[in-house]
Formats: sequence, structure tokens, C-alpha cells
Amino acid sequence: MILILLIALLFVGGLLAWFSERINPVWPRWVALAVLTLELLLMLGLLGAAPEDGWLAAYNHAWLPRFGIALHFAADGFALLLLLLTAFLGIVAVGSAWSEINYRSGFFYFNLLWTLAGVVGVFTALDLFLFFFFWEVMLIPMYFIIAIWGHENKFYAAKKFFIFTQVSGLIMLVSIVALAWFHYLQFGFFSFAYQDLLNVGMNRNMEMWVMLGFFIGFATKLPSVPFHNWLPDAHSQAPSAGSIILAGVLLKTGAYGLVRFAVPLFPTAAAEFAPVAMTLAAVSILYCAKVAFAQADFKRLIAYTSVSHMGFVTLGVYAWNELALQGAVMTMLAHGLSSAALFMLAGALQHRIHTRNMLEMGGFWGRAPRMSAVALFFSIAALGMPGLGNFVGEFLALLGAFQANQVLTIVSAFGLIFASVYSLWVIQKVFHGKYSDDAFDGGNLLDLDNREMVYYAAMMAGLVWMGVYPQSFLDLSAPALQSLLEGQAGNAVIGALRP
Amino acid sequence: MTAFMTPVEYAGYTMSAGDLIPLLPLLAVTASSIWVMMAIGVKRNYPFALGSTVAGLLIAGLLAMNLLSSPAPDSMPLLTMDAYAQFFTVLICALAIGVSLVGHNYWSEFDDQREEFLLLLLLATLGAVVLAGANHFASLLLGLETLSMSLYGMLAYPVQSERAAHGHALESAVKYLILSAVSTAMILFGVALIYAETGSLSFAGLEELPAGPGIGISVVALLLISAGVAFKLSLFPFHIWTPDVYEGAPAPATAYLATIGKIAVFIVLLRVVVETRTLGIAPVVIVFSLLALLSIIAGNLLALLQDNLKRILAYSSIAHMGYLLIAIIAAFYAEGPISVEAVSFYLFAYVIMTLGAFGVVSLLSSDARERDSISDYQGMFWRRPWLAAAFTAMLLSLAGIPLTAGFIGKFYLVLAGVESGLWLLLAALVVGSGIGLYYYLRIVYRMLLPEPADAPELREGSAAFSVVFVLFVLLVLFGVYPASLMSLIQGIAL
Repeated sequence: MILILLIALLFVGGLLAWFSERINPVWPRWVALAVLTLELLLMLGLLGAAPEDGWLAAYNHAWLPRFGIALHFAADGFALLLLLLTAFLGIVAVGSAWSEINYRSGFFYFNLLWTLAGVVGVFTALDLFLFFFFWEVMLIPMYFIIAIWGHENKFYAAKKFFIFTQVSGLIMLVSIVALAWFHYLQFGFFSFAYQDLLNVGMNRNMEMWVMLGFFIGFATKLPSVPFHNWLPDAHSQAPSAGSIILAGVLLKTGAYGLVRFAVPLFPTAAAEFAPVAMTLAAVSILYCAKVAFAQADFKRLIAYTSVSHMGFVTLGVYAWNELALQGAVMTMLAHGLSSAALFMLAGALQHRIHTRNMLEMGGFWGRAPRMSAVALFFSIAALGMPGLGNFVGEFLALLGAFQANQVLTIVSAFGLIFASVYSLWVIQKVFHGKYSDDAFDGGNLLDLDNREMVYYAAMMAGLVWMGVYPQSFLDLSAPALQSLLEGQAGNAVIGALRP
Repeated sequence: MTAFMTPVEYAGYTMSAGDLIPLLPLLAVTASSIWVMMAIGVKRNYPFALGSTVAGLLIAGLLAMNLLSSPAPDSMPLLTMDAYAQFFTVLICALAIGVSLVGHNYWSEFDDQREEFLLLLLLATLGAVVLAGANHFASLLLGLETLSMSLYGMLAYPVQSERAAHGHALESAVKYLILSAVSTAMILFGVALIYAETGSLSFAGLEELPAGPGIGISVVALLLISAGVAFKLSLFPFHIWTPDVYEGAPAPATAYLATIGKIAVFIVLLRVVVETRTLGIAPVVIVFSLLALLSIIAGNLLALLQDNLKRILAYSSIAHMGYLLIAIIAAFYAEGPISVEAVSFYLFAYVIMTLGAFGVVSLLSSDARERDSISDYQGMFWRRPWLAAAFTAMLLSLAGIPLTAGFIGKFYLVLAGVESGLWLLLAALVVGSGIGLYYYLRIVYRMLLPEPADAPELREGSAAFSVVFVLFVLLVLFGVYPASLMSLIQGIAL
């Protein structure tokens, strides 16, 4: 029931935010902040819940009985971690939009909350039709956020984002329906329930094709090379709140889908496909790190680093052992915080000096010391400095992946070196060197104010906590990941028994 | 139609008074068209004519809804008024009410007589209802021609007007007249060949078509009929008339043509395919698959470069007919009820969103000025938020995005395609939907832009707005909770 409440709260809150604009244009942001804070508190309340069948909370009610589709929501520790990240970054996004969004603010916060409602639905849906439903629900509001409040090339970016994710989503829909159809053929009734579909057996070829449909859907959202093309445009053109949600939360839905669905539903095909997926991951890590280094646009650079870092997640997922999965989950969380912070920073810079071109920047440390220190912190977090969350995640992912595929893991590890190069290059280019204000509107380069510092401090605290005491997170996700791993083992046995 | 009024004997079938009960909706539509005609003859009174039209259609729709749950009657030689036919009768009557209300708004300042439009609309609806129950080539042609003949008049309606929008109405009607007549001739030729082969004109007789030796004639006959049907459904490569006719005609007539004009033909097509499995002759299936594939790709590609909303919707309708054909082809291959349900649901969703989209166009347009350029819609989100939200929902539904009925429809189509293993057509569906997003989003984006400084005054219209609003509610309702409609459709399956 609480899961329904979490989703309904966001939908209703979005409408409230929209209508409250008529009373006072300042209200929507307060409504959004209140809704998201309440959301975070409700989720924190789930932390203490006693697991029942492995789920901390669950809700199941018939929806479309004709096809055995149910409103089946459930959350385990893994989902809960991502839910917490969603609510937290939602608050950060509201904070980032606080003074930046003045045009049609009611509609903006409506879209923000509805995007998050879709994300919460994705993280908790256990019926594949329902999952797909929410998967698509989050796209339209995000499209509006980019298309209305984005920067100079917003329509192109918004359209590209929408078409990429929608087409890959439709391919996934075909796969989901095919899976449900095979279930019908084998068991004589329609079901889209996750637990039922785990038992579907297919011949080797068909399993591979259906699995590929899921993989394309998730790899586009993740994104992984070669489906990453939409991301640099969407990220650089979105307003900073949009970038925060995109990088911090939306990309994680792709990774979540891989862990929850793409591998467990197709154990044999996934195992066969793993070398390809891990190769794509290694290519993503190295190639996008290289491309990031060549960018002059601050947000584009961070966008490419996101693709690079998400490569570690793919690597970890397809290694499919507990260490690697733990690493993937930690990377998702840590990257969520660090990339959100960097996008917020890039947005703050653009809001002040109206450019994202790093070639025009330089020597900001003297003018904006707080901002520079914050940037340095999150840059070294992103490059994987021990003691911060990203290091734990990437290290565990590499450690786990090494057991599965040594060559690719060794190659991928070079990504850490590349990350240091581009991160430090940004710091050097933007914050060190000679200050000049001819190229941009330097008079507005004010330092971060206290309100902004609160958000950055919260994210810093999160990253330090993850880096210094990761056990608290690992403990939460471990039972969920173990049951996923065991489920696969169980399936393999069922698969072997099948004629 | 008078033949049904008195007990008659036809082909060894004696009609009794009880047989009239399933025909009541048809009789109600007939009676109301006569009533409206006489009322106009006595005294021209537009509100009265409109009221009579809506009331007559409402009665017909309610009667059909009542008959929906009654046990299936015996089929008569020309018509089978089973639950399938009654369901679509309800839908057709509801749509006709919607179009007449939307038209009320559009014609409100018309400088010529307005009443006959309603009369034509009722007659066209009569043809559509006949098609919904047709089980015989005679009734098929009667229905088709009643529908088409009335449509010529509707398309050319403002031809005498001094201030008519852009004077293309006549061109549009003549184009439709010629091509429609050609396609009817092709159907007739095909029917003649079938009669020569089997000696029967009922659909059931199709099963006796030779499949072995002499298959050549069967194939030619079926292909001629298919080509004629493809004209009416504007499938590629028989689609050339569609954009011009859509653009030139007054918006309510376009709305009628795009909704009832299309689905009535589809209803018969589905009945023929499901009840007589003879269309499964291999060359025919290949032709149908090609028609679907090409319609999806061509319709979507051609829509990309249009700036006229009615042309965009025309090309997108070509693509949508292609999507629907996937389920028809699935019915060739699979025995189960899913393809029928898929077609029924998709038709339902399709008419809601199409009438909704044309309803918005009609609301803003009048006979003097068609608001059909997408630049007319710039900034509408900020000027008329509710109307823009409804229009956006219609467009997103056409694109198949969740929370709308269009998504559930697309889900059904995918299910039907997967059931029959039509992977190539499903790939076309995915690619076509991707291309389609581009032009639907273009319109949405136009509405999101800041409104231009010299924005023209937008018309208001409570009747048309209430139609659009009801459709919007239905669209979202059946997008979020389609279970009731699903079980209804499951009940009417052939």
C-alpha cells in the first residue's frame, strides 16, 4: 500500500504544483519540495520494515484480468536504495531549479514530479506490462522539461531523446509481449507477472532474440555504446534540474532493468551474450572517456563521462557475481550523486555567466572559491578517489568482473586513468589559470550561496559515507542481489530439466 | 430498405416480425433521416434539425447497446446483427453525434443552408450501420455506396458559399467521387468473378472458392476486391487521394470521413477475413502484408515534411491503417480471438483520437477560415491550456504513448503480431512509430512555443469543446483502466 501511496503522492503533487501557480508563482516549488520531502521520509520509513518473501513492501491487485496483468508493486533493498536516490535527487533538482526556472514554473514542477512518479513506478513494478507502462510514462514529462526550459538547441535534443528511448522501448515491448506469449503457450494462461515469466522456457535462438529486445531497451537508457548518441544532446540542452534527473535517476532505470529483468529472465542467453555486453561496456568506458576529453562544452563533457562511468555498471552486471553486482549498485548510487552535483554546478555556472564553453573560462578559483572547492571535490569523486563512493563501486565492479573476464576487466581499468585526466583537465581549465572576463559576462560570477551549499554538502556527505562505510549500503542490497543470483541458478536447473 | 418492413421471402428465408428487433437501430437511423428530411421540408429550423439528428442517433445507439447483451439472432440473408455489429453500431452512432456537434460549431456562421449537412450525415451513418452488419456482397455494396454518396455531398458542402474557406471543397469531393467510383467498380468486378465461380453472393459462399485448380480466378477476384478496399482505406499505393481530400474538405466532413468512413470498411473486412478463412490464399496474404508494410513506412515518411495539420493527419491515417492491417493479417494465421479483439480495440482507440484531433481543428475553424496550418497552433498551450492538453493527449495517443488508449491499442497489435510471428511487420510498426513521433512532437512543440505577437483570435465553441473533452476523458480512462472495454470487446468477438 505504501508503494501505491509513493506513486500517487507524486502524481497528485504534480497536479497540485501546477494549479498552485495560479495562486502564487512561488508556490509550485514549495509544493514540490514538500512532496519530495514527504516522499523521502516515507521511503526512510521502509528501511526498518521486516522483509516478507524478500520484499520490504508489496502491493498486488488485478488490473487487466484479460491478460493477467496486475498492479503488482514490490520493493526489496536494491529497489529501496534506488528509491531513496530518486527522492533525494528530486529534492536536489528542486533546489537547482529554485531560482533558475521562472517561466511557467507550475508546469515545470508538474513535469518534474511526474517524471519521478514514472521512475518510482519503474523501480517498484513487478509486472512487466506495468513496468513498461511506467517506463514510458516518465518520457513525456522529461520531453517537456527539455523542450520548454532547455537551452539553444532544445527541440532537437528533446526530440532525439524521445525518439531514441521510445523506439528502443517499443522493441522492448515486442520482447515483453513475446515473453508473455510463450508463457501462454507453455502454461495456458496469460501472465505478465515477473515471477511467472521467470519460468518461461524458450529455445536458444528465440531466447537470444527476446533477450536482445530487453537489452536494447535498457542499453539505450543506460546508455551504452552504440546507443548513447542521444545523451550528450539531451544533457547539454536540458535545464540543470533536468540534467540532474536524467543523469542521476533516469540512467539508473536502465541499469536497474538489466539487473532485475534482462539477466534473470534469460539466464542462458544472458550468459552467452555476456562477453559482447562486457565488450560494449569496455568500449563505452574508454571511448566515451576519450570523447569527453575532447569536449569544450562543460555539460557535454559531464554527459560523456556519465556514459563512461555507466560502462562499469554494465561490466558489473554481466559479470553476474555478487561482488560485481554490489559494485554495480554502488556505482549507480555514487554516480547518481556525483554526476547530479556536477550538472548542478554546470547549471549554476551557466546561470551566472551564460556560457558552457570551457575555452572561455579560466581562473575562477579566485572569484568563486566555494564553487571551485565543490567542483574539485566532485571531480575527484568522479575520478574514483579512494574514500569516496565512486571508488568503492568501480573497484568492486572491477574485482567482480575480473573473475568473469580478465582481459576486458584489465582493459576497462584504464578508464580510471582516463577519468583522472579529463577530471583534472576540467579543474585546471576552468578554475585555475588566468582570469579573464572579456569573453563572458564575468560581472555575474558570484560564489555559491548558503542555500546552494546545503545541497552540495548533503551530496558530499553521501559520497563520503558511501566511501568510508559502504557496508551500510551493501547490507541493504545484499539479500536482494543474492536472491537474484539464486533465482538464476534455480532457473538454470529448470532449464536443464526441460525437454 | 422497405424490403425489411414487411414479411418477405428471400432465398428460402421467411422474415418474421421478431427479426425486426435486431434491426431496430438500423430502423431508428432510417426513421430519423426521413424525419429530418421532412422537418426541413416543412420549415427550416437548424436547432430542431440538430436536436432531431442527435436524438435519433442517440436512440439508435441506445437500442444497439441494449441488443448487445441479448443472445445472437439468426443471421438474415443480407445482414447479421450480432453483438459485433451492434457494438460497432453503438460506436458509429456515438461518432456521428460527435461529428454533428462538432459541425454545429464549425457551421455556426455559415452563409448557406446548414440543415442538409445533418441529413447527409444521417444517411452516411445509415450506410455505415449497414456495413457493420453486412454478410452479403449486395448489402456490402449498398452500405458502401450509401456511405460514399453521402460523403460526396458532405465533402463538397460549402461549394455554394460566398466565403468558403479556400474553395477546395469541390475539388476534394470530385477527387473522392472519381476514385471512390473506380474502387467500387473494382470491387464489383471482383464480386462478379466470385459469383461466376461460386454462384453465391453471400460471404459464406467465399469458402467455396476453388483453392486448387482454378485458383487463378479466385486470386484475381480477391485481389480486385482488396484493391477496392485498399482505396477506401487509403492504403499505400492507393492513398494518393487522401491528403488532398482531407485538406480540401470542411473539417467536420474530414472528421467523418477519417473516422466512420474508415472504420465501416474495416469492420466488414474483419468480418470477411475471420468468418471465411478463404482469404488465406497465399498470394492474397502476401499482398496484404506488402500493403501493410508500405502503408506504415510511406505514410509516416510522407507526413514528415507536411506543414498542414489535415495533411499530417491524412498521412498518419495511412500509417494507422497499415498498423491495423497487421492484426487483420494475424487473423489469417492464428485461430484465436486476439486479432479480432486487437482490431476492435484499436479501431475504438483510433476513432477517439482521430475525432478528437479533428474536433480541435473544427472547433478553431469555421467555414471561412480553416485553422489547419501548424503555425496556427503556436503557443496554444498558454492561450487555451485545456484544449491544448486534450489535443496533445490525442496526438500522443496516435503516437501510442501510455496513459492513453492508443498505447493499449498498440499493445494489442503487438500481441496479435507476436501471436502469429509477424516479426517483419512488427519491425515496421516499431520503425514507423519512431518516425511518427517526429511529426506528432512537431505539432506538440509548436503549441509549447511562446505565442506569437500577432496571434489571431481563436474561436470558442462549447458544443465542440464538450465533445473534445468527453473524448479526452475516454482516451485517458481507456488508457489507464481499459479492463471494462476489454471484456466488452472479448464478448463481441466473432
